[in-house]
Amino acid sequence: MNSLAFPFVPLNRTGSIPLTPVPSLPDSDRKPLTKKEVSADHPTWCPGCGDFSVLALYFKMIEKRKLWHEKITTVAGIGCSSRFPYFVQAHGAHYIHGRALPFASGISLSRPDLHVFVFGGDGDAFSIGGNHFNHTARKNIKLTYVVMDNQVYGLTKNQTSPTSPLGRKSKTDAWGSADRPINPMKQAISAGATFVGRTSATSPNHVLEMMEAAMDHDGFSFIECLSECVEFFPGAFDAAIPRKGGKFELIPPSHDVTDEYAAYRLSDNPWPGQFGIFYKVNRPTKNASEAKIIADHRAKVTGLADWQILQKNFDRMK
Amino acid sequence: MSTTIVPGTPGAIPQISQIPEAVIRIAGNSQDGIQAIGGFLARLAGRSEQEVMTFMTIPSTISGGPSIFQVRIGSGEVLSAGDEADMLLAFYQHSYDNHLGSLRKGGVVLYDSDHVKELLPENLSKYRHVGVAISGLTVEAIGGSGRDKGKNVFALGLLARMFDLSVPKLHKLLEERFTGKDPSIVQNALNCFNAGYNYTLATAHELFRLKPGENVGHNQVVMSGNEAIALGLLAAGVRFGAGYPITPWSDIMEMLRRELPKYGGTFVQGEDEIASVSMAIGASYAGRVAVTGSSGPGIALKTEALGWASMAEMPLVIIDVQRGGPSTGMPTSVEQSDLNIACFGGHGDSPRVVLAPSTVEDCFYTAIEAVNLARKYSTPVILLTDQGIATRIEAFPEPDLKKVCQDISPDLSPIADHKPYDLSAADGITRHIAPGTRVASGKYPVVTGLEHDELGHPTGSPKLHIAMTSKRRSKLQKLGRELPVPKVYGPSEGQILLVGWGSAQGPIQEAVKTARAAGEAVSGLHIKYINPLPEGLEQIFEGFRHVFVVELNDEGLYGYGQLAAVLRARYCNPKIRGINKVDGLTWKIREILDRARALAQ
Repeated sequence: MNSLAFPFVPLNRTGSIPLTPVPSLPDSDRKPLTKKEVSADHPTWCPGCGDFSVLALYFKMIEKRKLWHEKITTVAGIGCSSRFPYFVQAHGAHYIHGRALPFASGISLSRPDLHVFVFGGDGDAFSIGGNHFNHTARKNIKLTYVVMDNQVYGLTKNQTSPTSPLGRKSKTDAWGSADRPINPMKQAISAGATFVGRTSATSPNHVLEMMEAAMDHDGFSFIECLSECVEFFPGAFDAAIPRKGGKFELIPPSHDVTDEYAAYRLSDNPWPGQFGIFYKVNRPTKNASEAKIIADHRAKVTGLADWQILQKNFDRMK
Repeated sequence: MSTTIVPGTPGAIPQISQIPEAVIRIAGNSQDGIQAIGGFLARLAGRSEQEVMTFMTIPSTISGGPSIFQVRIGSGEVLSAGDEADMLLAFYQHSYDNHLGSLRKGGVVLYDSDHVKELLPENLSKYRHVGVAISGLTVEAIGGSGRDKGKNVFALGLLARMFDLSVPKLHKLLEERFTGKDPSIVQNALNCFNAGYNYTLATAHELFRLKPGENVGHNQVVMSGNEAIALGLLAAGVRFGAGYPITPWSDIMEMLRRELPKYGGTFVQGEDEIASVSMAIGASYAGRVAVTGSSGPGIALKTEALGWASMAEMPLVIIDVQRGGPSTGMPTSVEQSDLNIACFGGHGDSPRVVLAPSTVEDCFYTAIEAVNLARKYSTPVILLTDQGIATRIEAFPEPDLKKVCQDISPDLSPIADHKPYDLSAADGITRHIAPGTRVASGKYPVVTGLEHDELGHPTGSPKLHIAMTSKRRSKLQKLGRELPVPKVYGPSEGQILLVGWGSAQGPIQEAVKTARAAGEAVSGLHIKYINPLPEGLEQIFEGFRHVFVVELNDEGLYGYGQLAAVLRARYCNPKIRGINKVDGLTWKIREILDRARALAQ
């Protein structure tokens, strides 16, 4: 029995659509993508939702930074904000609840040529996906993770979230939440994230600045973006919105972003806290350490075809 | 104290008997290196063009505990590890007490007389006893350090003498095994071996010589099922995997972790089972079929993600090395009780492919098939193996790797337009394009777990849910029609058809041979493609009065094992009944035949 019932077959690449040759398109001939070219489905969000702003700024960044459709991959889990990939005209994946980060890690680790962006909410990041958040940060896998934090479960209609403030009433805590909320900045810093930023959907220029800085960071870059749920938690972030009488206070320029303790202390400032880059250091990414392991191993099999490498294993088993 | 039978004059040349095969059971503690002796014997058999099959039990404790390793070496076809041993090598009193019963009447028990002190008189007449002070002589052989580490190699020397095994080949195997270590270790090993070999077997009145293997005309390789799966995945072109440690799956991930970087690939140890399956799915989406795997409990954790892969129609290979369940169950025992979760585990209607290899060689080729089926049908494929196959060692013809190895790199060249979930596709099968592929129309697909339209955008349309559910089902029905119809082992008509899957194939075939030799009309049928099932089984069943499905799982609430229940549901044939057991051990030929005969009454 050494013939395969199902040998390798080349696959046709698309169903009934005829495969016509596509001329190459050098980057120099390409114009930055307009909002029209990168937007897909109309968002399903409620009017006034903070997430619209994040989406608009993602489009703006794609245009400004001349990212091409095929070079970005947008990944999300489950939740209101996680509908994101449907609204972006580019390769995208809408995965299961809480597991967007490992899915995106699989892409990032096998395809160094792509920018991987993950969008999600506070439930996805800190509740069902809490374990993945810690380990993706610790392993420093190269991707950008934007958590649109609204401090409530919106898609399932008003249950307590892991970032809901103490005392907040919801359908699952009619008398007010009694559980200490997660502090996303502290969580990220202590888990070993190498880029930790905070912004608010109501300050568009700052969102764009954070997204660009995160994208440029070589490693796991995490942004918490306050994004109001106008339906279930209206006014949650008024204290950070100047036109509502609040204060959008930037981190002072004197803050040393490589000082972990300073970043941690900054995270403890009273609500609504400050905005900007809390922490940013360079530490080898998992992508780089795996590439090094590969290079070291490949150096020992230079010039050999894959089957010849495998043959060495079989020779040892004779 | 000598209670051994002294058969002849000390020093006399014992009689030499030619034997076609031998079953040797080595019983000791897990830290004594008895697996190593078994491994040497298996490898030697492979190099001598003999067939070999091993069976081992290991305690699920970290260190220590009774353990056995059984090797069956034969010049003809070896289909199982053997019901009864011809020789028992017992290192301790407990090894002697617990395993003497596995010896055939008249068989030889070779025991360490430093540890085995109590020999029952009734046993002395039933089995031939050969006592050797293995521990003491080992210490002597390596210079009296007071430690008996190496007594396994001493015992190997004894076995080499008793079975007239090739000393140069064993020397070479020992040298290979310890290459790269301190030269004194190699020398110690050789000293132990030679001491054992040269020990005057005054007490053995008979030596054995295995008939030479037929010249098969090709090289043989010797490995375990888990190794064969890992190597098969490499040959298939898999370059990314992710997993979480769990016995007995861990060997596969450890090997892939070591080997993949040589091919430019990566294996990631995920933070948990869910992360591992998710990383593998992400990598598959990124263009190249990836692998994850686990054993029972871990498979349960992966099933939500499996549902996504079924919905998004993402190629993926999941290895399930089954063990005794449910829950933590019997982690180092054999069981085939994950068929249900493999075929049906999950939420919603989530069709997937399930394959079960039957031998170590089959593990290698089935791993490649799993990858090819995942690609061709754009579907998750579960490869269902078990603890028995995973750890047993067999010899098989070396594959022609130049022919077998395949390139499954993604094609990222630009494409005019694309709809992954194209309902009008001629073959009805989804084709994904990997990120990085430019689509000239500017319309990009989204892969999703929501019910979707042809581009992957969400829909609540009942019409589309019906159409897409049917699309996901029909492609596997199409596969069912393409599957090879299994061949009956033995005549296609008779009294009893023994149906099995996975590691039951060997014991069933041997049971058929045994029954046929006794004049009974028994045949066998092995089902490798579990989900979907191949066509033509109904016609095969027609040729027999009884169809007994032999499975290592429980008879269930309604009296049928897991495959039996599927076959009954599929064919509504009352002839189909089950022969089941859950003792954590592989099938003995006698067990299968006794149960089949009783059931056929």
